[in-house]
Amino acid sequence: MIEIKDLHKSYKMGSNSLHVLKGINFSVEEGELVAIMGSSGSGKSTLLNILGMLDEANSGEYTLDGVPIKDLNETKAAKYRNKFLGFVFQSFNLINYKNAMENVALPLYYQKMGRKERQEKALKYLGQVGLTEWATHLPNELSGGQKQRVAIARAMAAEPKVLLADEPTGALDSKTSYEVMDLIQKINDQGNTILVVTHEEDIAHMCKRIVHLKDGIIVKDEKVKQVRASEYV
Amino acid sequence: MFSRDNWKEIFETIQKNKLRTFLSGFTVALGILIFVILFGFGNGLINTFNDFFADDATNVFYVFRGRTTMPYKGYKSNRQIEFDNSDLADIEKNFPLFLEYTTPRISRQDTVKYKEESNSYTTQAVSPSHQYAEKTIMMKGRFLNKNDIKDKTKYAIIGRLVEEDLFGAKTSIGKYIDIGGSSFKVVGVFQDDGGDNEERIIYIPYTTRQLIEKNTDEIDQIIVGFKPEIGYAGAMAFERSLNSFIREKKYINPKDQNGIFIRNVADQLKQNQQFARVLQIIVGFVAFGTIIAGIIGISNIMVFVVKERTKELGIRKALGATPKSVIGTILLESVFITTISGFIGMLIGIAVLSSLGEKLKDFFITNPYIDLTMATVATIVLIIFGAIAGYVPARRAAKIKPIVALRDD
Ligand SMILES: Nc1ncnc2c1ncn2[C@@H]1O[C@H](COP(=O)(O)OP(=O)(O)OP(=O)(O)O)[C@@H](O)[C@H]1O
Ligand SMILES: [Mg+2]
Repeated sequence: MIEIKDLHKSYKMGSNSLHVLKGINFSVEEGELVAIMGSSGSGKSTLLNILGMLDEANSGEYTLDGVPIKDLNETKAAKYRNKFLGFVFQSFNLINYKNAMENVALPLYYQKMGRKERQEKALKYLGQVGLTEWATHLPNELSGGQKQRVAIARAMAAEPKVLLADEPTGALDSKTSYEVMDLIQKINDQGNTILVVTHEEDIAHMCKRIVHLKDGIIVKDEKVKQVRASEYV
Repeated sequence: MFSRDNWKEIFETIQKNKLRTFLSGFTVALGILIFVILFGFGNGLINTFNDFFADDATNVFYVFRGRTTMPYKGYKSNRQIEFDNSDLADIEKNFPLFLEYTTPRISRQDTVKYKEESNSYTTQAVSPSHQYAEKTIMMKGRFLNKNDIKDKTKYAIIGRLVEEDLFGAKTSIGKYIDIGGSSFKVVGVFQDDGGDNEERIIYIPYTTRQLIEKNTDEIDQIIVGFKPEIGYAGAMAFERSLNSFIREKKYINPKDQNGIFIRNVADQLKQNQQFARVLQIIVGFVAFGTIIAGIIGISNIMVFVVKERTKELGIRKALGATPKSVIGTILLESVFITTISGFIGMLIGIAVLSSLGEKLKDFFITNPYIDLTMATVATIVLIIFGAIAGYVPARRAAKIKPIVALRDD
């Protein structure tokens, strides 16, 4: 599903540049649930943003579902983001003047899906995250956990090939974190490929594989026995 | 790009961002409103100037007589100049090329009676051509004719308000009225656009007036109508020759400021029109400035709008919005708001102008108006420039990397 080879990324800061990713090689199969761990500043978000085509690498190869991602124009990149990738952010990134359902329906709007169909589908995905009753509420009327569930529903509504989550539980307390992880595990159970960036050991162990980043390279890549979040809920 | 769904998305955005909508809408509406009103006032000024002349012909000289202030050819100063019928004939004989008609005018204030009603009116003893000089409009009956002059008939043409005063609702044609002791038959009723005073006048044949006044041939005032084809330069030349002709005939020093005086309506009209045109140009500049200010205003708002929406646009891009759709979202929204509010401002402006009518006559603004094409063009210009002004920040927003936009707080 994902294959990267010798990926490099550095940020220009005035005259000097900061080398953040120093040759990453790694691949993810369909249906995997991968945690990316590492200390702050190790380049986790940078890696995930490149995988999500929100940012570009300086060098290296990236193939997503057999499609080489290189030198795409913005329009092409927008299409791939829409079709292949779903995002969940630590800070939710919901549009504050749209209600839960409209937020979930937004990626479908960019797929040029009809209005009716869009709303039905949005409601279906809101149902899957258990928020049917909150469909008409604005983001500021929702709790952090609820917001993150709306964001997950939005990411899933476009039926992407890969779901990318950057510290999805970073802003949530542990109980709510487990609820969100439970949801992510269930989505993974349906066969979806998911990458989760996290700081927390317990969250990482709810995935099936943990990749450790340190100073811009992968130092450890191990399969783990998955802990079901439902045990804690 | 213009599908119904896109519009729905834009309507929702507009509805849910009322302050933003109000700000840009208000700027545009106000800009157009001020433009329309200023431009309308400019036209109102022109109207006022034209009104001064609208009720009289402009291809006319009014020749007045007075007292000399300089001695000349053996004549002492302070001599009263007199006009008589031979002067009319001489002018007609000498200026056939320029001349269209002449008419004398002898004005008197008379008490006029009909049955129990009695009132004081100005009577003007004139010849038939006077109708062209004053642009007298006949409502009933006829104006004076040649036979009236030849036969010195006791016929009177009375103004609309004279009829109203003396006859009320009854008809006056064929009735006899007493003018200063003589009985005159009413043969016509006229109206005049020059206002109430010009409709409280009675016209009678000048020869009849001369007969009543001891069969004299004196006249007060000579009115000379010239051919419009001679143009402004021709009129000025004719005025000069007419002036020296009369001075020579009446032995008036060419340098004497008094003696006779010619009022040249064409010249006055021209001067006033020039003045009005200058005023209109100034007003036009101010109005143009308003449009520029409107464009600058809408540009600033667009920059602000895009800045405010950076994060939202980042989210939309992460969800698959293409650069085209980002630009479209911003531009369609702005064009939609400017169009609606632009035309609202324009309509309010037009409504204000037409409700004013004559209310600002004291400020020399009569019936201010703007023609629809002008107003529409100004509105469309503002919309187009608003769109261009919006395009620049919109394109910048569309180009920005999603990750950069998302980081914006
Ligand atoms: N836009 C940027 N410009 C310059 N430097 C950046 C930029 N984004 C990230 N960095 C730097 O790159 C390094 C890696 O950042 P990154 O966000 O990937 O870390 P992270 O592993 O996600 O850390 P955290 O756990 O704190 O989120 C950091 O040193 C950061 O300061
Ligand atoms: Mg990070």
